[in-house]
Amino acid sequence: MGKGAVMKVDPRKNRLRRTMMFASTQRPNLIRDPYLFAPDSLIFDLEDAVAENQKDAARFSLYHAVQSLDYHGLEKLVRINALDTPHWQEDVRVCVAAGVDGIRIAKCDTADNVRTIDEAVTAAETEFGREPGSTLLMAALESPLAVLNAYEICKASPRMFGIALSGGDFRRCMHTTGAGGGVDMQTARGLMVLSARAAGLQCFDTVYTNLDDLEGFAKETQLIKDMGFDGKSIVNPRQIKIVHDLFTPSRKEIEEAERVVIAIRENAEKGIGIFQLDGKMLDIAFMEGAERTLALAKASGVYKGDL
Amino acid sequence: MNIKKTAMAGTLESSDVMVTVEPGQNGIELSLSSPVIHQYGRAIKQTVMDTMNRLEVDHAKVTIVDHGALDCTLKARLECAVYRSNEQTEDIPWGKGL
Repeated sequence: MGKGAVMKVDPRKNRLRRTMMFASTQRPNLIRDPYLFAPDSLIFDLEDAVAENQKDAARFSLYHAVQSLDYHGLEKLVRINALDTPHWQEDVRVCVAAGVDGIRIAKCDTADNVRTIDEAVTAAETEFGREPGSTLLMAALESPLAVLNAYEICKASPRMFGIALSGGDFRRCMHTTGAGGGVDMQTARGLMVLSARAAGLQCFDTVYTNLDDLEGFAKETQLIKDMGFDGKSIVNPRQIKIVHDLFTPSRKEIEEAERVVIAIRENAEKGIGIFQLDGKMLDIAFMEGAERTLALAKASGVYKGDL
Repeated sequence: MNIKKTAMAGTLESSDVMVTVEPGQNGIELSLSSPVIHQYGRAIKQTVMDTMNRLEVDHAKVTIVDHGALDCTLKARLECAVYRSNEQTEDIPWGKGL
């Protein structure tokens, strides 16, 4: 089997991340409540959602919330301030001290940016007695330069589990507004998902900020799913169910995947490499996709079988 | 730590608490207002005293205007105010005195 076999590498890196919801650390109720909406991951935001003169307060709030509140098994990530600010070093320290699952690097342009954060995280893991390598990293790509460096960014640290497009800043750099229905992000999305797959990482799409347009949101989510993305950044709880419904395999898809896995195994035992099932040609190359469908269905809680 | 100057942290929003610390000379002098003072006044006071003890603040006037904050929020605001009174926003000893 190819080395892309999902769910068999580091289970923490490849966990289910259909939705990653931002939560400001400036307001106590926004730190306390978001687990109720059950996204797959929470991104506590120390960056844009926190006013410049409240960065220190946000870190104290983050630290005590993560230390004392129960987030019911949701992944806890933190978006830290960018490398061109005076805040990121202390952000890294508080993230590691509090024991969050991972850090989202904002405005990551180069592999060197990732390595700089990696070194700071390593130092903090030593300082606070955390297991070396236990803090994961992901990078938000927000500029044309970042997108062109996507593969190098993915490969810059063994802590990396994914990259995410950040549409607002990207569009600003591209001198576009989003009026074209996403045509301005087409190349970036394609390059990013290619890079992430080539590096064996996950890939996440940008937030959709027109909160009242749920139809447009669903359309964009279908598009990025069809392109191969693993999930989407979320700003509003109403968007979560739409993504989960679209990303969770249907009953029909699960049954088909089961039949493919069984048929390939049975034929392999009989020494047959290539055969037909329901009028479709099948061989071992289809195994991984079928297994991935079942793994995704299992992780989403809609498949209890043992294939 | 000493309280070097007046400092504040927090807001008057629901689920938050506004903490003000000022230099003092007579131990921890607490002034508390809260909509849940009858139910939680004692617990709030205990958290203030424990936090000041952990930060080794011996003398301070502490004013708490609570709007239903969780205990973890109160701790976060108290610590932030004490560190602000020392103009310290970096190299916080996470996980040790906090």
